Amino acid sequence: MTKKHTPISRTIAAAGALALLLEGGTLALAQSDADAPDNITAAYDEDGRYYTDDDIPTYNIQEDGTVDWMTYSGFRRYHSECHVCHGPEGEGSSYAPALKNSAVDMDYYDFVDVVTNGRQKVNAAEHSVMPAFGTNPNVMCYLDDIYTYLKARGTDALPRGRPKKKEAKSDAIREAENACLGG
Amino acid sequence: MKRLHSIKGILILSTALSLGGMSAASANSELQGMMDDANQWVIQTGDYTNQRYSELSDINKDNVGDLQVAWTFSTGVLRGHEGSPLVIGDVMYVHTPFPNVVYALDLNNDGKVIWKYEPKQDADVIPVMCCDTVNRGVAYGDGKIFLHQADTTLVALDAKTGEVAWSVKNGDPAIGETNTATVMPVKDKVIVGISGGEFGVRGSVTAYNMSDGSLAWRGYSMGPDSDTLMDPEKTTHLGKPVGKDSGTATWEGDQWKIGGGTTWGWYSYDPDLNLVYYGTGNPSTWNPSQRPGDNRWSMTIFARDVDTGMAKWVYQMTPHDEWDFDGINEMILTDQEIDGQMRKLLTHFDRNGLAYTMDRESGELLVAEKYDPAVNWTTGVDMDPNSETYGRPAVVAEYSTEQNGEDTNSTGICPAALGTKDQQPAAYSPKTETFYVPTNHVCMDYEPFRVAYKAGQPYVGATLSMYPAPDSHGGMGNFVAWDNVKGEIKWTVPEQFSVWSGALATAGDIVFYGTLEGYLKAIDANTGDELYKFKTPSGIIGNVMTYTHGGKQYVAILSGVGGWAGIGLAAGLTNPNDGLGAVGGYAALSDYTSLGGSLTVFALPN
Repeated sequence: MTKKHTPISRTIAAAGALALLLEGGTLALAQSDADAPDNITAAYDEDGRYYTDDDIPTYNIQEDGTVDWMTYSGFRRYHSECHVCHGPEGEGSSYAPALKNSAVDMDYYDFVDVVTNGRQKVNAAEHSVMPAFGTNPNVMCYLDDIYTYLKARGTDALPRGRPKKKEAKSDAIREAENACLGG
Repeated sequence: MKRLHSIKGILILSTALSLGGMSAASANSELQGMMDDANQWVIQTGDYTNQRYSELSDINKDNVGDLQVAWTFSTGVLRGHEGSPLVIGDVMYVHTPFPNVVYALDLNNDGKVIWKYEPKQDADVIPVMCCDTVNRGVAYGDGKIFLHQADTTLVALDAKTGEVAWSVKNGDPAIGETNTATVMPVKDKVIVGISGGEFGVRGSVTAYNMSDGSLAWRGYSMGPDSDTLMDPEKTTHLGKPVGKDSGTATWEGDQWKIGGGTTWGWYSYDPDLNLVYYGTGNPSTWNPSQRPGDNRWSMTIFARDVDTGMAKWVYQMTPHDEWDFDGINEMILTDQEIDGQMRKLLTHFDRNGLAYTMDRESGELLVAEKYDPAVNWTTGVDMDPNSETYGRPAVVAEYSTEQNGEDTNSTGICPAALGTKDQQPAAYSPKTETFYVPTNHVCMDYEPFRVAYKAGQPYVGATLSMYPAPDSHGGMGNFVAWDNVKGEIKWTVPEQFSVWSGALATAGDIVFYGTLEGYLKAIDANTGDELYKFKTPSGIIGNVMTYTHGGKQYVAILSGVGGWAGIGLAAGLTNPNDGLGAVGGYAALSDYTSLGGSLTVFALPN
C-alpha cells in the first residue's frame, strides 16, 4: 500500500501551516470517532516511517524486538527533552503525568497541539504547566519520533529500557532531520 | 567542642572589630549573634560555616529513641519541599515550593499563623524550572525575611508583619532564568544565585544591598574579566594567576554567553577572610562535543570578596564536563589540624563523586578522594603541583562521553548525573571531626547528541538512563561518614533510595537525616547505628533543623517528595543492561509515598 504523507516535522517551520494542519486534523477525527479507528497497528510504511490506516504515525516492532528508527530516535529524544519533568521511559513522575498513557489516550493531533502550544492547569490544588515547544527544534523536529516511542511504551509493545535492536536510519529521515534543524 | 568554641570566638571578635563606621555593621553583628545562639535557626545553613551542627544536647543518643511528634503543619502545597523552616525568637517561618508561600507561625500559640505571604507569579515560570518547583527556603537579616521566588524576584518582608519592604528582579524566566536557592545575608548585603543551566543561562552571583535592594555587584561564572570580576594577576587558580579574560579563553567563539555555570547551591562565608564561597554548575549543553575547551569557570569553586565581589581564588573541579556533574554543592568551613598545623579548611562533596579538602585562604588543594567507591569515571586527581595536569581529574576513556563521541551510548558511568551527592547538604560535627554525607548510589548510561539553542527552551542534548550502582547492595543511596583530612570513608549506612535530605549533627552525639520513603532517622554520630525513625506523611527532601522554645529542644523537618529525586525515582529505575526479565525490578518510590507538603516537629515526652 502506498499513500502520500507529509511528515509533521516538515511542516513545522511554517507556524501558519501547522495551525491549518491541526485544525484539519481535529475536524477529520471528529467525523471518524464513531467507528473507533485502530490507532496502533502499522498499515504501511514510507521510507522507514510507519503509519496507521488513518495516516497517524505509529511504531513497528518486529518479533525479534527490532524497533523502527523513529521509535528508537524517540527513546533518545524523550530522555533528552521530556525526561527531566515526566520521568524515565514515559512512566511519569512526582512532577508531571505519564506520557506513555497520554500517547495512547490522546488523539495524535491533540498530542501535537499540547506539545506545540503548551497547556496550563493552575488552581488551588494543581500547579501543572506544560510549556509550548512550538519554537524548539530539538522537540518539534522529533515530535513524531517521541510520539511513536511513547505509544510503543503505552501499549507495552516496548519494555522499559533502551531498545536493543533498531532498523537503520533511512536517507529520507536523515534528510528531513537536517532540513528541519537547519530551517 | 573546644575547636568549635574557638571558631565562634573568632567570628564574634572579627565582627566586633569591623564595627567601625559601617552603617549595616549592627545588622551584621546582630545576625552573627543570633547564629551563635543555638536556640534559634536564622538562615537555612544554620550559620555561615555550613556545618549544620547544633550545640543543643537535650535530645541525645541516650534518649532520642523516645522522640515523639509534638505538632505538625500542612503547607497546602503538593510539590517537592526542600530547605527547612527558620526559628527567630518565638516565631517559626515556613516556606513552600511554587507559589512560594511564606508562613510566620506563633510558637507561643500552638503555631497559629501570624501572617502569610503569597507572591503573585506568572505560572509560565513552572516548566522553565528544570526538575520541579522546589525552593530551598527563606533567610533572616536586619529584621527582614528574604524570599527568593521561582521567578527570580528577591523580596524583603518585614519579619513582624510580612509587609514587603522592597523587592528586586534578579533574572528573566523568559530566557530560562529561574530560582530554587535560598539567599545568604552577609554584612550589609544579600548574596543571591540563579538557576537555568539546562536552558543555556549564563550563571552569576549577585549582591544586593540589604537596606533597599539596590545592586551592589554581580560576578558572572564566565565572560570577560569585567563580568567575572577577576583580576588577571591577583585572582588565582591553584596558586597561579588566572590570566586575562580566563572566563572566555577556554570557550569557542561566543559560546560562553550561553555557557551555564549557574549558582543554585548553598553559600558560606568566612568573616576573617571576608570571603564568600560557592560552586558553579554544569556548562550548557550536556553534549560536550558542542562546546570544546575547559569551559571556565563552570564546575568551579569560587572565593569572592563580599564587599567588592572580586574573585580571590577559583578551582575548576571538572574541566569540560561530560556528565552533568554540577559543582554547586555546599562548601563546609572548618578549622582543623593537618600535620600538626591548624588550617582554615573548606570541604566540598562534589556531584562528580570526589570530596575536596582545600585551604580556604589560599585555594590550595589538599585532598581529593572518592567518597563512594563506585565512582569510576576518573582514576583520581593529579595532586602534583609541578605537573602540567595539576588539579585535573584523570578521565577514564571508557566512561568519557566526549571521547566516545556524539550518538554513542557510554554505559556504566558512576555516578549518574544526579551526582554522588546533589544539593542535599552534609553536616559536620566538631566533636567527632566527622562529615555526615547524604549520597546517591546511582550509575548511568549517557548518550550525547547535537542540539540547537533557543532562548527559554531546554538546551540539554543527552539521553540518560539511570540505575542503582551495580555489584553493590542494590539500593540507590548511602549515608556516609567521612574523614576530610585522611580522605577516607569511616562508615556507611546503606539506604534503599538516594538520601536527598540535608543532615543535622548535634552535640547530643546524634545525626539526623530524612529518607525518600519519608522516614526521619536519628543515628549514633560515632557508629551510624540507627537510634530512631518515624515515617512522616511524605518523602523527605528537606533539611533537618533544631531549635528550642520554652526551654525545650525541638527537631523539625519538611516532608513533601519531589525534586530531581521525585522525577527520577518515582516510577523506579531500570537497568537497560539487564535482560528483559529484570526490567522494572527496582523499587519504585511511588510504592512508598506520595505528594504533599507538611512540617513535622519532634520533641521528647514531657
